Amino acid sequence: MGVGIEVRNLNAWYGANHTLQDINLHIPANQATALIGPSGCGKSTFVRCLNRMHETNPIAKVTGSVRIGEIDIYSDASPVEIRRRIGMVFQRPNPFPTMSIYDNVASGLRLNGFRNRRVLDEVVERSLIHAALWDEVKGDLKKKSGASLSGGQQQRLCIARALAVDPEVLLMDEPASALDPVSTSKIEDLIFQLKAQYTIVIVTHNMQQAARVAERTGFFLNGKLVEFDSTHKIFTNPGDKRTEDYITGRFG
Amino acid sequence: MPNEYRVSTANRMRRMATNHLASGLAVLSTILVVAPLVAIFGYLLFKGASSLNLAFFTKTPAPEGATGGGMANAIVGSGILLAVASAIGVPVGIAAGIFLAEFGRGGKLANLVRFTADVLNGVPSIVMGIAMYALIVARQKHYSALAGGVALGIMMIPTITRTSEEMLLMVPHAIREAALGLGVPNWRSVLSITLRTASPGVITGCMLAFARIAGETAPLLFTALGSQFWSVDVNQPIAALPLQIYVYAASPYEDQIRQAWAGALVLIVLIVGAVSLVRYVTTRGVLKGAS
Amino acid sequence: MTVPPADKPSEARTWLTSRGNSSLSDRAFRWLMLLCALSIFGIVALIATSLVQGSKLTLGLFGWKFFLSSGWDPINGNFGALPFIYGTLVTSAVSLVIAVPLAVGVAIFITEMCPKMLRGPLAFLTELLAAIPSVVYGLWGVFVLVPLLRQYVNPALMKTLGWTGLFQGPNLGIGMFAAGVILAIMILPIISSLTREVMIAVPYTQREAVLALGATRWEMIRMGVLRNARIGIVGSVILGLGRALGETMAVTMVIGNSAASISKSLLAPGYSMASVIANEFSEATSDTHTSALIEIGLALFIITILVNALARLLVWAVTRGAPPRVA
Repeated sequence: MGVGIEVRNLNAWYGANHTLQDINLHIPANQATALIGPSGCGKSTFVRCLNRMHETNPIAKVTGSVRIGEIDIYSDASPVEIRRRIGMVFQRPNPFPTMSIYDNVASGLRLNGFRNRRVLDEVVERSLIHAALWDEVKGDLKKKSGASLSGGQQQRLCIARALAVDPEVLLMDEPASALDPVSTSKIEDLIFQLKAQYTIVIVTHNMQQAARVAERTGFFLNGKLVEFDSTHKIFTNPGDKRTEDYITGRFG
Repeated sequence: MPNEYRVSTANRMRRMATNHLASGLAVLSTILVVAPLVAIFGYLLFKGASSLNLAFFTKTPAPEGATGGGMANAIVGSGILLAVASAIGVPVGIAAGIFLAEFGRGGKLANLVRFTADVLNGVPSIVMGIAMYALIVARQKHYSALAGGVALGIMMIPTITRTSEEMLLMVPHAIREAALGLGVPNWRSVLSITLRTASPGVITGCMLAFARIAGETAPLLFTALGSQFWSVDVNQPIAALPLQIYVYAASPYEDQIRQAWAGALVLIVLIVGAVSLVRYVTTRGVLKGAS
Repeated sequence: MTVPPADKPSEARTWLTSRGNSSLSDRAFRWLMLLCALSIFGIVALIATSLVQGSKLTLGLFGWKFFLSSGWDPINGNFGALPFIYGTLVTSAVSLVIAVPLAVGVAIFITEMCPKMLRGPLAFLTELLAAIPSVVYGLWGVFVLVPLLRQYVNPALMKTLGWTGLFQGPNLGIGMFAAGVILAIMILPIISSLTREVMIAVPYTQREAVLALGATRWEMIRMGVLRNARIGIVGSVILGLGRALGETMAVTMVIGNSAASISKSLLAPGYSMASVIANEFSEATSDTHTSALIEIGLALFIITILVNALARLLVWAVTRGAPPRVA
């Protein structure tokens, strides 16, 4: 089951660039939360702080606390352990090019030393079903390389790969921005279904997408969280002038 | 238009003539370069093929002056030397390449390692031979296949390091992030994801290094030494194809010269085979996955 | 399709939670890779120290005079390396004189003139030339090149250029000229492939700029390409020189191996630094002899390091960002 996320006084830097300033929010369990804002506003940095991917850049720095369920991810565990509990789907589909579809989905478990074939078979099938890709690829799981799929299929493969490690939270960094409309709507359907089981945080530059899939929406601007509320409220009756400007397209 | 702005006919003729002359010279030099290659290969094929026989592959050298015999022990010896060399050069070279590409990016240390690898690559093979003599043979007080293998292995390192680095750097950053995002330990992600994705290029580097040392003679002169007998003991002197060719090339006996040609052919087929295989594999994309 | 809610932690999750953090193995891995990278320093340092140690005897005995005197008499313990240095320099110079124009010509032909179809095969052919082992070049040199030189080339050279004093004396076939020719064939691929790389690195706009002025193709190559690539070409030539200086087997087989005198004539037999080591090292008669040979090796080591370093810097200066492939 998904767990909630509690963010307190989160600050992040890239070199001298203060990209996130004093972020505080609570992301509820088993819901989809959308993060919107103009590019460069810090929304991507924010999700990358939730699974400690931000710090893989040598010039990056983070302060503050993030609690996911019971644990503070910056003091109670190593980045590797955190990332095993929190799945991430990236902007561009990035399946492992040398691996088959099966191996791609199994990679999170296999590369962590898991060997039980029976369980792996089950996990791969279940993950692909959850990612709505099973029917399209079940015939050539081990024959086709992950890179041979179409862009939309590749992204769903990446979602399956993230689901296979049975995470508590699924972070999605503009998962549909590189995809065509049909693939995008498939991914959105998927998010709708996955909420039942996972806490989902999705970064998007597409406001309609946020309105369609998310219960709650946060608006970022210049490294600050301007407003965070139910999606309905944000899109119909925003509390902040800047949010209103942005969602009505009067921004800038 | 005033007259002086016009290009005179004589001038234009001169420029065109220079143009044709230069083009002609470029074509001529290409012919002059291709010619010895064709000559060497042609002669080698002709001489070598007519000298090859079954005994060459199955027999050890005949006693001095006698005809017959072969280079079976030298072929096996070369195999052993190359195996020892690869066992040293391949892992160390790839590991150093991994360090440069994954951990040392842009750092001073990485630049220094890169530069030192280039320096090592330029050390003459004969110097490598005497250095290994001083470091291994003089201490053990006997010549050995091991010393020869170490010398060749060291010579493989710089090529493998630099090509591995280049190939690893070509792996897209997104692939590394995908592995990190799954909570895969860094070492596992480097070996099973990045290195595996880059493997066609890395293998190419290894094959090129292999082809380069397979024909090396100078580093073996004072290490593996050469031998007329069967030996598979890495602690003993061992025969090697290039060494045997060198010895026989200076021989007064017709039959040994014949065998030198046969040996040269076998060596070339081995090396050109490795190089062409690499080229085939990398251009045809038999090993898919490299971007 | 609906996703059934999970009831209890799955087997996969239980496993992953039990894996612990990998910081220890990651750190060990990092150290191991670092160690392998550092081993390259270690190897160069070991080579250097073993050469210095091995030549201590003659370094103390003869000092700088070792490189300036020409008596080489192992039996009486008198050692001067000048004839070998001379032989190495002369053969390398001959090889450069022959190889550089040809290599640049080939590079120009391949990059600027030849039909696209031929480009791949030609580049491959020159690569093959680089793959032939030294000892095979030597074999070919002894049995094909040397007779060819003796019968046709040398007499012609003696007739036309005899007055320079460079082509005089008995025509043996073997000698410094033969060694230079073999070396030229051997370093050609290195110079031409690097020159090609440098020329390709010249931006296309440079060519267009010159062509737009109404230049002929040759003028475009000379002004648009060669002028921009010249530092890199010099670098690749020096790299070729580095290879020629240390080349052993092929030279040893055709140079004649005679340290009797320093001859002005290229047709005379000579001796190079590398070939004297190859010939005498395993049969050295005394500790001083061994030490003298190692000292020659040390000198060769230092010279090639300097030459290679210089070449790399020059080639890097041109193909910035994209360091050249290891030759």
